[in-house]
Amino acid sequence: MTNFKAQYLLRSRPAAEKFVDGSFQRLVVVMASMVALILISIFVVVFWGSLESMGRYGLKFLVTSNWNPVDDEYGAFTAIYGTLVTSLLALVIAVPLGVGTAIFITEDIIPLKIRNIIGLMVELLAAIPSVVLGLWAIFILEPFIRPFLMFLYEDFGWIPFFSTEPLGPGISPAILILVVMILPIITAIARDSLNQVPMQLRQAAYGVGATRWGAILNVILPAAVSGIVGGVMLALGRAMGETMAVTMIIGNSNVFSWSLLAPGNTISAMLANQFGEADVGQLSSLMYAAFVLMILTLLVNILAQWLVKRLSLKY
Amino acid sequence: MNYPSSTIRSEARVPDLSYKGFLKRNLGSRFLSFLAGVFSFLCVLPLIAVLAYVLIKGISTINVDFFTQLPPPPGGQGGGVGNAILGSIVVTTIAALIAIPIGVGGGIYLAEYSTGRVFSQFIRFGTNVLAGVPSIIAGVFIYGVIVSTRILFGHTFSAIAGGTALSVLMLPTVVKTTDEGLKLVSNDLRRAAYGVGASRFVTISQITLPKAFTPIATGVVLSIARAAGETAPLIFTALFSPFWPNGIFDPIATLSVLIYNFSAQPYDLQNQLAWSASFLLVVFIFALNLLARWFGRMANK
Repeated sequence: MTNFKAQYLLRSRPAAEKFVDGSFQRLVVVMASMVALILISIFVVVFWGSLESMGRYGLKFLVTSNWNPVDDEYGAFTAIYGTLVTSLLALVIAVPLGVGTAIFITEDIIPLKIRNIIGLMVELLAAIPSVVLGLWAIFILEPFIRPFLMFLYEDFGWIPFFSTEPLGPGISPAILILVVMILPIITAIARDSLNQVPMQLRQAAYGVGATRWGAILNVILPAAVSGIVGGVMLALGRAMGETMAVTMIIGNSNVFSWSLLAPGNTISAMLANQFGEADVGQLSSLMYAAFVLMILTLLVNILAQWLVKRLSLKY
Repeated sequence: MNYPSSTIRSEARVPDLSYKGFLKRNLGSRFLSFLAGVFSFLCVLPLIAVLAYVLIKGISTINVDFFTQLPPPPGGQGGGVGNAILGSIVVTTIAALIAIPIGVGGGIYLAEYSTGRVFSQFIRFGTNVLAGVPSIIAGVFIYGVIVSTRILFGHTFSAIAGGTALSVLMLPTVVKTTDEGLKLVSNDLRRAAYGVGASRFVTISQITLPKAFTPIATGVVLSIARAAGETAPLIFTALFSPFWPNGIFDPIATLSVLIYNFSAQPYDLQNQLAWSASFLLVVFIFALNLLARWFGRMANK
């Protein structure tokens, strides 16, 4: 809108009007700067808070797993492992489901009305608060899947990932609830990317005699792939930072175990649990953990933005 | 394929182009469509399951007491979540009062004044990054700035700290929707306004903002719906209180934190109240979402 400004400045204006215009512009500049200011202060506050713990434990904090407020010894490996394993496994389950659903509601397989209803329901799923999903996970989901987890333990217990008896809350139900939470994100973004694929590409594919799925797998999906990957990365960032539902179902154990059936912890769950009543030394270690989480999600989100931007330049 | 180059064309030499449903490729395609349908069903299933359970388990304790009484002590009888309902309204209102003016202002800057140079690029980038910051980090941030410093007249955990934490989460959504809503307004309208001698402030406040009202309102309503359901940043900013709200400088109960606290208690009554509070929260959030969709449809007409 710069061209207006040049024309506009050529005219002489009453002083009062100039003053109002000038102050309005300064006001919105200040408001826009607030966004940057908040972002930078989040970094500064969390970094400042974690300095003490960083100096004391250094990088050892990331690879040791004794979290012991009594002896004032801290290592966050259990929580970091939990964060990575829950979000990555949730992604592995949610990506085929989400992309499959997105194809189903963009590619004219069923009537438009039903497609719209499915789309609306997936959007509403995203609106359910995390804490309500957590409540549902505690009382409904976890008892429901426990027999299946029991079966995994009894028949495949020799694999380290299934080596503990499932006794209520644990990493597995946390993964499932994360799947529920990130499905809508993946579906919505994959749907948008598929809708952006030009109609001519589809028509060309069908014109040379491709079957519907021949066209989808060989033409439409490759054309939409960078947008879909961007959406998947955004979902990964969300899964890493997701707090309430995971805190309520993961069991909040700081004892490290490879097993997916055992109770575990994530960085965000640890923060939710301990932050309110932590003393000074612990507080700094928690801030350090928060800093690690922030860096992880930041990297994932920037990568996602970069991928999505590449798509919008292409079409 | 090679067809004999005969000058005599008979029925038999025309290739058969009709659809044959039992070719391997067609069967494969149909199987994949079926699979995608199953995936969609699996996607929708959790929504139905969650809604069904929240409805079945939640609706039985909803009565007048539920809205007007305080939560019972552990092991107690009756009671409701009146203080949490009030607290949720208070905290969400504080968040909206902070986030909407700043967010709309920032959006106006990006859409109407940004020059495309480093500063506005950084603001756009920052908005996207802020949208990806985990909600619990917003809580940690406000804890570090407001709660632990006792900056608010010596108070620590407070409703206003909780509201500020929520506003950090609402801000990027409001900025983005305002920016996108204003960009949809045709440049001809702005030119027309400048042409009849309107100043920039008058053009923005009288022409472009009213024109972009529906998309902005949609974004604001959705961000309020999201803030109302957020829990993580409230756990250690607004904390919780079993009593009626005592002003905005003291800890306050909210529905979402109440669900979190009561779900972990071993008493059936508290669990029951958590389900009912969930029901109320879900109904409220869905109503806001449908309102936002209705706004969107109005804008399209």
